[in-house]
Amino acid sequence: MLGWGVDRLRADMSRLLAILFHQGVLDEQFLQLQQLQDESSPNFVSECKTDGYCDCRLDREFSDYKKMGIHLNQFMGSSSSIGANRVRNVCVAFRAASEQNNRAGCLRALELLEHEYCYLKNKLHELFQMEQQRVLAAGARYPLQQH
Amino acid sequence: MVILDLELDAMAITGDSRSQFHVLAVDDSLIDRKLIERLLKTSSYQVTTVDSGSKALKFLGLQEDEQSNPDTPFGSPNNHQEVEVNLIITDYCMPGMTGYDLLKKVKESSSLRNIPVVIMSSENVPSRITRCLEEGAEEFFLKPVRLSDLNRLKPHMMKTKIKNQKQEEQELEISEIQSDEQQQPVQLPSSQPQPESQPQPQPPALLLQHNNNKRKALEEGLSPDRTRPRYNGIPTMV
Repeated sequence: MLGWGVDRLRADMSRLLAILFHQGVLDEQFLQLQQLQDESSPNFVSECKTDGYCDCRLDREFSDYKKMGIHLNQFMGSSSSIGANRVRNVCVAFRAASEQNNRAGCLRALELLEHEYCYLKNKLHELFQMEQQRVLAAGARYPLQQH
Repeated sequence: MVILDLELDAMAITGDSRSQFHVLAVDDSLIDRKLIERLLKTSSYQVTTVDSGSKALKFLGLQEDEQSNPDTPFGSPNNHQEVEVNLIITDYCMPGMTGYDLLKKVKESSSLRNIPVVIMSSENVPSRITRCLEEGAEEFFLKPVRLSDLNRLKPHMMKTKIKNQKQEEQELEISEIQSDEQQQPVQLPSSQPQPESQPQPQPPALLLQHNNNKRKALEEGLSPDRTRPRYNGIPTMV
């Protein structure tokens, strides 16, 4: 039955969110974002994550630490705004390394950042897909209630 | 008359206030612009977002290199300004013109200085906060901004709106009084002969009656007839 599907999707989403919170991947700010989402802007959260977040171009050569610092600041700000807790923390470490012109530290931080960012992106994508499925299933449920 | 109008306006403000308030949000980060726009709309404010300080100034009708307009001492909107802005909320760290630079430009402008300005920053730097508040910022919000932070905005916007309305009423009152003085020379202590004591042909008598009625209306606190008759063509004395 479709009703069962909706409830299971909702449970799966809650479980995934709980895991992400437990891991520190997401923090309370993400919840704030979800609360701002409603019928008038149902895709607010996904818009936030996809539109502005991917604009991070990091110079692997680390030739210009100052420019990197600026990009990092922006990336850090965006991460904090959407509740991407672990990504933000890596940015903090990254920034510290770049301020010290610590090339090895920067390389390590960049690796970590890519890993965290990838993980976050995939999980948010999962969440978003579940949400879409839930909405579809909930919409399809009602015509069957006439039986 | 004036007091009654103000009370009605105040009631209108508190009753349906927030949809009447227009906030200009300035942030170079797309995500933060989206976020602040969502927060403000959820709080029922009208929102315009721009991504730089210079665009903000353009929207406010002030070009970057333009000197403040000395012809608007009462803080009424600049001629170029299409829309009234009741509050500016800006990020601190922006390329080019920072939020602090924008704050200074707004406070230096005679046409814009009454608009309350709020600064946002992701960094908690006490000296930065102090500097902004000293320069005239009303509030300093740490990012990420929460819905509860926005509750602190309304008093600033209402204070300015009521102040602007008071100023407008005052201007109107002053101009009314001034034109009254021009048209009622009888009121001034002077050596001019008093029209009342002389026998008058019809027009001046009617004129006098109208003047008396108007004076009474003002004293009783009723709204005077705005379409004031022009006395210029009518002889007051024979």
